[in-house]
Amino acid sequence: MVSFLIRRVVQAILVMLAVAFLSFSMFNYAGDPVNNMVGQEASREDRAELRERLGLNDPFPVQFARFVGNAIQGNFGISYQLQRPVADLIAERMPATLELVLVSAILALSTGIPLGVYCGIARHSWLSRFFLTISLVGVSLPTFVIGIFLIYIFAVTLGVLPSFGRGGVVELGWWKTSFLTADGWRSLIMPAITLSLFQTTLIMRLVRAEMLEVMRTDYIKFARARGLSNRAINFGHALKNTLVPVITIAGLNIGALIAFSIITETVFQWPGMGLLFIQAVSFADVPIMSGYLVLVALVFVTINLIVDLLYYAVDPRLKVDRGTSAGRIA
Amino acid sequence: MPLLEVENLVVEFPTRRGTLTAVNDISLHIDEGEVLGVVGESGAGKSMTGAAIIGLLEPPGRVAGGKILLEGERIDNLPYEKMRRIRGKKIGAIFQDPLTSLNPLYSVGRQLVETIQTHTDMTPTQARERAIDLLREVGIPAPERRIDQYPHQFSGGMRQRVVIALALCVNPRLIIADEPTTALDVSIQAQIIALLKRLCREHGTAVMLVTHDMGVIAETADRVAVMYAGRIAEIGPVREVIKNAKHPYTHGLMGSIPSIGHDNERLEQIPGAMPRLTDIPQGCAFNPRCPHTFDKCRTVRPDLLPVEDSWTACWLYDGEDGRTIEASKKLVAETKADALLEKNDG
Repeated sequence: MVSFLIRRVVQAILVMLAVAFLSFSMFNYAGDPVNNMVGQEASREDRAELRERLGLNDPFPVQFARFVGNAIQGNFGISYQLQRPVADLIAERMPATLELVLVSAILALSTGIPLGVYCGIARHSWLSRFFLTISLVGVSLPTFVIGIFLIYIFAVTLGVLPSFGRGGVVELGWWKTSFLTADGWRSLIMPAITLSLFQTTLIMRLVRAEMLEVMRTDYIKFARARGLSNRAINFGHALKNTLVPVITIAGLNIGALIAFSIITETVFQWPGMGLLFIQAVSFADVPIMSGYLVLVALVFVTINLIVDLLYYAVDPRLKVDRGTSAGRIA
Repeated sequence: MPLLEVENLVVEFPTRRGTLTAVNDISLHIDEGEVLGVVGESGAGKSMTGAAIIGLLEPPGRVAGGKILLEGERIDNLPYEKMRRIRGKKIGAIFQDPLTSLNPLYSVGRQLVETIQTHTDMTPTQARERAIDLLREVGIPAPERRIDQYPHQFSGGMRQRVVIALALCVNPRLIIADEPTTALDVSIQAQIIALLKRLCREHGTAVMLVTHDMGVIAETADRVAVMYAGRIAEIGPVREVIKNAKHPYTHGLMGSIPSIGHDNERLEQIPGAMPRLTDIPQGCAFNPRCPHTFDKCRTVRPDLLPVEDSWTACWLYDGEDGRTIEASKKLVAETKADALLEKNDG
């Protein structure tokens, strides 16, 4: 268990270094950073001096080590366009994205899992066929189409929900939350649904497929032969056995929700990190782009680590030392 | 009154290419505390009969006809919830593969306690006590410690003991044991059979032992039913059926058991294979493989006839055309493998 944890953490660090290298390379290949910082009238000498001062003449490994050192302290430099530290900009925008992602993830899990269980158990009922058909729409429609569609219905035609922004926010220290006002919630509904729809349908189809698989196993047949109630069989025995793959996918998807909230945030003008990133891309604002890249990678790596640990919580077969368990089976 | 009565049971599987009859009009009974062995090749309908009795036929399979009575009450037409309360409580089941019969994610104790609490009003503490007693009874050492372990921490034989404990945990009147030892090592098989036999005798539990292992049947069963292509070919006391087989199929089945130190003749085999459910021949289903087939066998399906101490579905014993039971028995008994093989070549 401990050795496993150490191994996973070392892997995570390697992944982060690789991502850091990529985002570091952006500075050198996405335009000349000096050109981006000085005006057109700067002289050749000024440029050379700035280059020296920024350490751009240092050997490559030294520059990379400096970048990593700064990144660990949360320092990604100063935005070319906004002239403010990238860390501050991201920290400012992060609550909006995290709240959106949190609500979307809860929405996706709390509807996807029950629907999947239902469709897995009552696979021939017309209702589960209906859900399955609807889910195809969710899987195949692009996010922005769903978003625009929702805006058209609820904001333009019916006029019941705002079409953009976060609405009323309350400041809790540096964290701006939209959870505490009715207006904030109203603004949150459509982006959250838009972002979660794909995940909901994905989780639903996955849980359904896993349930169908598990319901055929001998231990479910034996559980029936023991006279256990349907509830105990479906939710106690069957659902728990579907959880390992569901946790994997759900974990990856929370990462994906953060990374791909870009589109939803653009459609709804949601002031989160995604929107910040898209604006940074159009201005070739490399510090923001590289900071965002590293942050998203960090989120993915952390979630994967948590997912691996959750396997242990769900499946007792992983807990025992491999040697003993194999010895006993043989 | 017998504990279990099966009358004219028919199990069908509707498929796109027509309806398959997996169990075709069989009747049998099991008395209190009796062990009924059910033998036959794969696909003979023995497991289907067991599944129908316990009400767990896999859809689209269904009971299409006949009656199943437990203690005189019909159980084949009960609503799901009522039948669920009978399963585990009155009729237990043991399946073939102990490695996959237990849920890998729950400790064996939890699975036992859950089953006990489903059928009784015991408190969790009482149920746990009972679970430990059960594990001790099925011969698991240090049950106080083992109860909190997970299925993967038990060997195959130990897991089948846990499965037996689960099947017996609220003292059912009948246990359907579907090939309980097939997946185990030969040395473990004998232990498990002995355990099952001892526990059922102690608790007065009747057993329907489904297997294709004649050795297990000979050792364990009081009576035996031989099934072929969804029907009972022969049924009677175990000594009678094994020592004094009347149906040519039973005779062939006995001949195909290898035995050590008997003689050096080649092992008998029954030529051909059991017909698929889609093309069961007219008349007696065994007629294309039977060395004694005559016209009646090809046209009229035989029902069980009482012959001496057992019942046999074979026209050799109908007493018509001057056939006597003695002569027919002699005919069947003297058929050797060579004759069977010769017929196969022709």
